[in-house]
Formats: sequence, C-alpha cells, structure tokens
Amino acid sequence: MLKLSWIGGATDAGWFGYAPLTSVAQNPGTGIDFWIISLQILGIASLAASFNFIVTVINMRAPGMTMMRLPLFTWMSFITAILLVLAFPVITVALIELTFDRYFMFNFFNVANGGSVVLWQHLFWVFGHPEVYILILPAMGIVSEVLPVFSKKPLFGYKTVVLAGIIIAFMGWMVWSHHMFTVGLGAVANAVFTITTMLIAVPTGIKVFNWLGTIWGGSIRFTTPMLFSLGFIAMFLMGGISGVMHAVSPSDAQQQDTYFIPAHLHYVLFGGAIMGILSGIFYWFPKYSGKMYSERQGKISFWLIMIGQNVTFFPMHFVGLDGMPRRIYTYADNMGWDFWNGVTTGGAFILVLGFLLVMDNIGRHWKNGEPAPSDPWDGRTLEWSISSPPPEYNFEEIPIVRSLDAWWETKQGEAHKEVPASGGSGNDGHGIHLPQPSYWPFVAAAGLFIAAYGVVFNDLLIPWALAAIGLTIGFVGVYAWSLEPINDPEEEDSTH
Amino acid sequence: MAQEHAAPIHGKDEGTTTGLSHRKMLMWAFLGSDCMFFGSLIATYLVYQGKSLEGPLPIDVFDIPVTSISTFVLLMSSMSMVLAYSALTKNNIKGFRIWMISTAIMGSTFIGFQVYEFSSFANHHVEIDCVSPGELTKYEQHIFDDGCSSGEAYAESHEGLKPQTNLFGTSFYTLTGFHGAHVTLGIVWLLSLLLLSFKKGVITPEKNLDVDLAALYWHFVDVVWIVIFTVVYLFGVFPGF
Repeated sequence: MLKLSWIGGATDAGWFGYAPLTSVAQNPGTGIDFWIISLQILGIASLAASFNFIVTVINMRAPGMTMMRLPLFTWMSFITAILLVLAFPVITVALIELTFDRYFMFNFFNVANGGSVVLWQHLFWVFGHPEVYILILPAMGIVSEVLPVFSKKPLFGYKTVVLAGIIIAFMGWMVWSHHMFTVGLGAVANAVFTITTMLIAVPTGIKVFNWLGTIWGGSIRFTTPMLFSLGFIAMFLMGGISGVMHAVSPSDAQQQDTYFIPAHLHYVLFGGAIMGILSGIFYWFPKYSGKMYSERQGKISFWLIMIGQNVTFFPMHFVGLDGMPRRIYTYADNMGWDFWNGVTTGGAFILVLGFLLVMDNIGRHWKNGEPAPSDPWDGRTLEWSISSPPPEYNFEEIPIVRSLDAWWETKQGEAHKEVPASGGSGNDGHGIHLPQPSYWPFVAAAGLFIAAYGVVFNDLLIPWALAAIGLTIGFVGVYAWSLEPINDPEEEDSTH
Repeated sequence: MAQEHAAPIHGKDEGTTTGLSHRKMLMWAFLGSDCMFFGSLIATYLVYQGKSLEGPLPIDVFDIPVTSISTFVLLMSSMSMVLAYSALTKNNIKGFRIWMISTAIMGSTFIGFQVYEFSSFANHHVEIDCVSPGELTKYEQHIFDDGCSSGEAYAESHEGLKPQTNLFGTSFYTLTGFHGAHVTLGIVWLLSLLLLSFKKGVITPEKNLDVDLAALYWHFVDVVWIVIFTVVYLFGVFPGF
C-alpha cells in the first residue's frame, strides 16, 4: 500500500506523523491518507498474528513444556505479541482521530478550535515506545538462543533473563514521554520519565550480564551467527549507554533533534535488532532451508557490517553533539561537519557491500548449498531433533519435554530418553492435526485492500462507493471464513 | 486463526495445555486489546473535557433520564444473554432462541435510542426569553448576550452539536459512535447465531462455545457502556466536572 502511494505523492510527515504536519491544510495530497490506511491494515494483521502467537504459546505447548522450559526466542516472541495486542489499538485510535480530522473536519488536532497537537504525540508514543521493545525483544530472544549453543553452556540465569524480558515489556509503558522532554510537559513529568527511563536500563543490563555469564568459560565456536550475536551485545550496549545519556532530561534538551539521536537509535536498532535478526537468519538457515551457507562468506559479511555500521553511525555522535540537526538534507559548508559526514557516507557503502554478501550467501546457498544435517550446531532446543528442512507437520510424534534445553538433555544421557507421546498429547492415534486451507482469508484481505483504495480516493465516480464495495467483500470474507466447518480431528489424516 | 482445534465442550478441552479452548483464550486476548482501544478513546475524551471553546456543552444537550432508560435496556440485554446461554446448556433450545431474540431486540432498542440522541443533539436548539431568562448555562448566557443585546424579545440558536462544532462534539461522537458500532456488530453476531441454531448440529448444549464467545463480547460492550455512561454522561452534568 505505502509503496503504491508513490502514485499521487508519498507520505512526508516523518514516521511519527506529528500534528499539524498531517492536517489537510498543511498536507493536502493523498500521501498521508495512504500512510494512515496502510498502518491500519498493518495493525489488523499484527493483531491477528499476535492473537495466534499468544494462544499458541499458552495453550498448545507439548506435554511437559512448562512456561519455564520455553526456549528464550519463544518467550520473547510471546511477550512481543502481548505488547502488540495492547499497543496497536492506541495508534489505531490516534489514526482514526486523524482520519476524521482529515475527512470530516473533526477537531481532534485542530488548534483553532482548541485541539491539542500534544495529544497526538502522547497517543503516538504510548504506542511508539512499546513498539521499539517490540523490535528489540525478539532479537534479544535470538541472541539468548545462539550464545548457549556456541558456548556449549546453558544460558546463564534463564529465569532472570525471562523475568528481565517481562519487566522490560512492563516498563516499556512507563517511559513514552522521554520522547517529549522538550515539549514542555513540566518539571515533574520530565523528572518522572527521566527516572523510569533510567530504571529500564536495569533489566536490560541484567540481560547483558547474563549473556556475558553464558559465554564466560564456554568452549566458544566463532560461527557467523555467534559473531552476529556477540556484535549485538557490543553494539546494543553502546546504544544503551547513549540511551541513558539522553534519559537525563536536561542533557536531552541539548541532544533533542540532533544527530546524536540517530546515532543512538541506529546503535540499538541496527547494531541491536538488525544484528540479532541476522544472527537468527544464519543460525536457523540450515533448519529452514535444509542447506548450509558459506561460513567464510558469512564471516566476511559480518566484519563488513560490523565495521561499516561503526564507521557510519559513530561519527553521528560527534556531529550531533556539535549541534547538527536531524532531518536536513543540506547545510552551510562552514559548519565543520563535512569531514564526519563524509566518513558516514563512506561507512554506508561498506554496509551495502556487507548486505549484498549476506543476500548472495543466502540466495545462492538456498539453491545450491550443501545439504544440512538435522543438527549442524549440536543444538540445545527441540527444532534440531527433526530433519532439515522440517516436514510440514514438524513433529511426527509430539515430544515429551522433561527439562529446559530438552534436545541437549536427550543427547547427553539415556536417563532423559525421549519417549514418544501416546496419551496425554490429545492427538494419540490421529497423527498430526493441521488446519484446513481456506480461500476466505484471501477474500477478506482483498476486500480490505479495495476498501483502503476506496477510502483514499473516495470521490472516484460515486463518492465512497469503492470503499463500500471493498468493505462488503471484506465482511463477506470474514463471515464466510468464520462459518466454514471447523475440521474435525476425528476425520483428519496425518499429513493432509 | 486458532479455530482448528475448536473445543467440542469448552472447559473440558483435553487437547490443550491449560484445558481452556483456544478460541476462548483468543477472545479474552481480543477483549484486552479492545480495552486499550476504548481506553484511548475515553482518554481522548477526558483530555478534551472542558476544553471546548464554544457550546453546546454536555450540560446543554444531555438528557440523563432518557439515557438512563437506554442504559437500563442495555444492561437488561446482558441478563437475557445470560439466560440464553443458560437455556442452551439446559437443552432448552426454544428458550435459547427467545432469549437470543430478546437480547438482539434490546440491543437494537439501545441503538435506536442512540440514533435519536445523536439527531436531537445535532438539531439542538435554544430559545431564551430575554425578559425573564431564568438560570442559564454558559452556552445559553452566550446566546443571551448575543441575541438580547439587539432589543429582541427572544434569543435563539439552531447551531446544534455536530462533530465539527467543538471538541466535545468531536470526542463525544467518536467515542459513543464506536461503541454503537460495537453493539451493532454484536447484534449481527447474535442474529447469525440465532439463524445457525436452526441448522442441525451446529449449536447444541454441548457445542455452545460460539454462544459463549458472543456472550463474552456482549457483556464486554455493556461494561464499556457503564464506563461511558458514568464518565461522559453523569460526570458531564455533575457540577464541578
């Protein structure tokens, strides 16, 4: 949707869409409308997926898989899903209010009638701050899985890491106004949000120490995923430290809207989230593709990305503290920022090279790579007990889980020998149960897509007709979907 | 979605980890999400409470007795929803249908009240006797000052309350409008279940989860209305708010 908005003008009010930049008076084109409607559809999709994850994690665990035996990545994805379910409605409401302002002249963000543009900022950041934890928590989960495998040690303080994740998710709701220190909310608000923001560094620090404790004294194998995970710790730590720097609201008054902020956010989101995701991409590559990637090329790409990001983002600290503002495309040439900006540009090219290598590595080896064994890393969690790539139904027999790192325990001692599940799993004798494929979700999505266009171009031929048609199709899709017979496990065969 | 494992008998679902059915758990997660949705709308309303630059204000348009009746009807619909579910589990399919219809009718009555209320607010007009004006609200005083200064016997205004009029209109219509949309969707849901109950074997005393989920949703929407009625209507006319 957002890509297609280039027909008729892209959105141009920043990712935060601050009022009144998004008002019809300031922004009459269709760019903002596309932005609004795309985000709303994304919201519906995120909510649906999150509901699915939450129910799956709580209610469809294998026998013996207690919550405190869940792999860390699952734990963090679960927390992320909860955050999404609670955070997305807030931005939904903010966007609805903006839509009504733009289409029907409501007054939510109309200052002339007493509306408050700060309300938008609050609603946006109440969603927006949990959103950054939505981005980082899965990466933290990945790192917490990769480090133990390549250190040949269990995760140090599993329970603490889980608890720290929950605390981060909880506290992520109490810090949103640190994005608004310079709005003028008053000394008390700024002080409170300074304190909560500093406090949230504590559970994050706990995680970092746990990761260090995990690799401490381990027999470490420096594979590509391991390198990315180690890079994650180092980079995220630096981003975290600059984060605490602008948690201090007086100091943030200096840093607000300077390049110091992009420096911080790239260290946490690029050095953090992206490095974590890359680690996961390489770690599970043998599992999901059934092939091995090139370790040599992987390592080269890691070093290119590691060096590239530091060359790109570290100088931003300097120009930021020197007062260079964000969101400018040019500046006077006597400001003394030329050198470091030149370095940044150079670093970006190194990054591009690194990413091209990653894409080549994955693309080429997915097709022609060496076949991967089922357990190339000597893994700890159960996905490594099945073939690579896994069959459509994953586990032929639902495993019984007796401990954390169940696959590792199984490999270590006969005492924990895995027993095929018969009885207790609910599927005994009926094989694996898969949902029936259905076309209705596609109809519903197509309807939403048409409706979205109808809303943006609402004066095409008959006003609002296209939107109404789209909504009707979407409604019929959902309705028919829910009326589809729920397939009966009694009549299922094992592979479908 | 998570329908594939639907429980034949909810609460005794042995295929799941917790013993609860997947769909019921999903419903609770959805309601949690919807809480944040209405929470944000109510927060917006509260932020803008008393911030409107011009009238009409809650004290001018609200008719508490009328809204109390529609609130009462909606609360009674929750009771009949409970009775419908209870009748179904006792294998009283006729009773189930009667209570479902009455729930839907009470829901529709509530929506009817809301339509009436919206249109009467939008067409709200004020007429003030310039000689003996009596006790005036701020908005009426404003009309009085404007209209009576020119020596007329009556001052009047047909402006009404529209979403565009002021912040109160904007946030009020959005909040209550979305609640009304939730109720309307609930009515469609209830009627669909009613129709399905005529199909053999879809809704039975054992397969009552569909009704249970609709009931959860219905009660939730009612609870939201209790909050709206208190915060918007009662606080709106209560002096000091």
